Amino acid sequence: MNILVCISSVPDTTSKINFTENDSKFDENGIQFVINPYDEFGLTKAVMLKEQNGAKVTAIIVGESSVEPVIRKALAIGADQAVRINMKPLDSFSTAKEISNYVSENPFDLIIAGKESSDYNGGAVPGIIADMLNIPFVNACNGLEIEGNEVTLNREIDGGIEKIKASLPIIIGGQKGLVEESELRIPNMRGIMTARSKPLNIVEANNPMTMSKSIQFEKPAAKGECKMVSSDNIDQLVNMLQNEAKVI
Amino acid sequence: MKQDLFQAPDYFLMDELLSDEHKLIRDAARDWVKRDVSPIIEEACQNAIFPKQILSGLADVGAFGPYIPTKYGGAGLDHISYGLIMQELERGDSGVRSTASVQSSLVMYPIYEYGNEEQRLKYLPKLATGEMMGCFGLTEPNHGSNPGGMTTNIKDMGDHYILNGAKMWISNSPFADVAVVWAKNDAGRIKGVIVEREMEGFTTPETHNKWSLRASATGELVFDNVKIPKENILEGKDGLGAPLGCLDSARYGIAWGAIGAAMDCYDTALRYSKERIQFGKPIAAFQLQQKKLAEMITEITKAQLLTWRLGVLKNEGRATTAQISMCKRNNVEMALNITREARQILGAMGITGDYSIMRHMMNLESVITYEGTHDIHLLITGLDITGESAFK
Repeated sequence: MNILVCISSVPDTTSKINFTENDSKFDENGIQFVINPYDEFGLTKAVMLKEQNGAKVTAIIVGESSVEPVIRKALAIGADQAVRINMKPLDSFSTAKEISNYVSENPFDLIIAGKESSDYNGGAVPGIIADMLNIPFVNACNGLEIEGNEVTLNREIDGGIEKIKASLPIIIGGQKGLVEESELRIPNMRGIMTARSKPLNIVEANNPMTMSKSIQFEKPAAKGECKMVSSDNIDQLVNMLQNEAKVI
Repeated sequence: MKQDLFQAPDYFLMDELLSDEHKLIRDAARDWVKRDVSPIIEEACQNAIFPKQILSGLADVGAFGPYIPTKYGGAGLDHISYGLIMQELERGDSGVRSTASVQSSLVMYPIYEYGNEEQRLKYLPKLATGEMMGCFGLTEPNHGSNPGGMTTNIKDMGDHYILNGAKMWISNSPFADVAVVWAKNDAGRIKGVIVEREMEGFTTPETHNKWSLRASATGELVFDNVKIPKENILEGKDGLGAPLGCLDSARYGIAWGAIGAAMDCYDTALRYSKERIQFGKPIAAFQLQQKKLAEMITEITKAQLLTWRLGVLKNEGRATTAQISMCKRNNVEMALNITREARQILGAMGITGDYSIMRHMMNLESVITYEGTHDIHLLITGLDITGESAFK
């Protein structure tokens, strides 16, 4: 089985976020980039499937050469080969289009993406790929089992889980639950050394075109001061929630 | 123990001096320490128990002989990679780093550098995986800073040697499978000997009641007419220079490790100072606390630059014993000073096991003494710059 894992390079979740150029551009200065956490669940699941049933795992990333440490880590964790599509990701559409172009020439049985990236939280790439490739798409998956050509998926829905059966090829948007956090893998030395000789193919972007553009970013307003209410003064609390916070 | 929220300081953007692979190796060790060491280390120290369950993890992150060639089970990495791994381990605990230092620099290094091919193939692959653990016997009860005066000796019996004597303050000794021991031969020349756990007359009593390195096992090596096969002698090098060569490698690792302990204390103190409110504002807003924190990050940054440069020189085969001494001495003192300042920022909370500071402080009291005392390293620099020995 051929598995493709889509990897996004995102700022570490502890990064301090700032913007430049009149708040229109993310300031990458001093930022440490990591594998998008949602993608890491998918990557780990793919490596586990490889170990259990045998598979070839390819990790794909859209980005300039600066994202290579992130994709190298994917190789060190257990992907067999990597592909970098050489362009700065512009929006969900262009990223999805480039990945779709690659997949139409190099077919895969299973494509695992994160349900969203933890930086821009677009959540659109796997859906657009599914449309472009005309294959089924299940988002927010927190469980995946494969038997022959049949895939059983758990999908998180409001207040519960939906069980879905589908056939390969398929693309999913994964999240925690595909594997648990405790199952995520720290690259070991053997993996890091093996990654040196694994192929990282650089593919030039076909014809990057965007359908949307970020104009400006705004940080959330600073949190207001915390007001303490005595536990024996419920009336005051209700009054404040109703008239000041206006949440009830 | 509180959740490990460590964020590494990098005030002078030192990461830009590292390769992508360096950072991958460093981050893997960092993640492993957060996941597998931080949650258990405080209890292990409080109870003075060596956490044996971390040995396979240490091997996985490449802590055992990372610079030993892959042919012998090592990772074939450069010395900056080795240093970065030691930094991350000591960020967790000096005792964990000590276990890895001994295995790498004091056991695998001499077997690789001074051993023959049979010895390399017999021991190194098992030492690299942690299947076999080792220790190093140089210091004796009456010979610490003066190892050349050792009395442990081997007598040539024709087809074998007989080893007698005792070694003290030996990390890993209580559980080591093999010991690289330094002993004088009939001619008074220091030779390296590989002693195996099951050899008759060889015992390793544990040293108890330590206030330092409590998560690392320390003990003695006692040799009572131990029969040593001739093939267990390290023939590649003899004289005091042989064990001192191992110490160069270990001290180099300590120089990096001490930065890890200092970074952990600085990070803890910085975070605490922003959260702790006194007189209506975070204590980080007071000048006396800022002075402590600003001096800490200055000293850490200086040590990072010094040590990175030493790593480059070591990779080029140009790092001298005296340069390594200077770096070890500087960094351990720097780290120890930072633990004390950081402890003050945390006030009374700093003495509890909820934070790592006091544990680092007590550990570093050993680190500033072992592998060449603070004073002896000063004299090594003194000798190097004046040409005059002030040792005796």
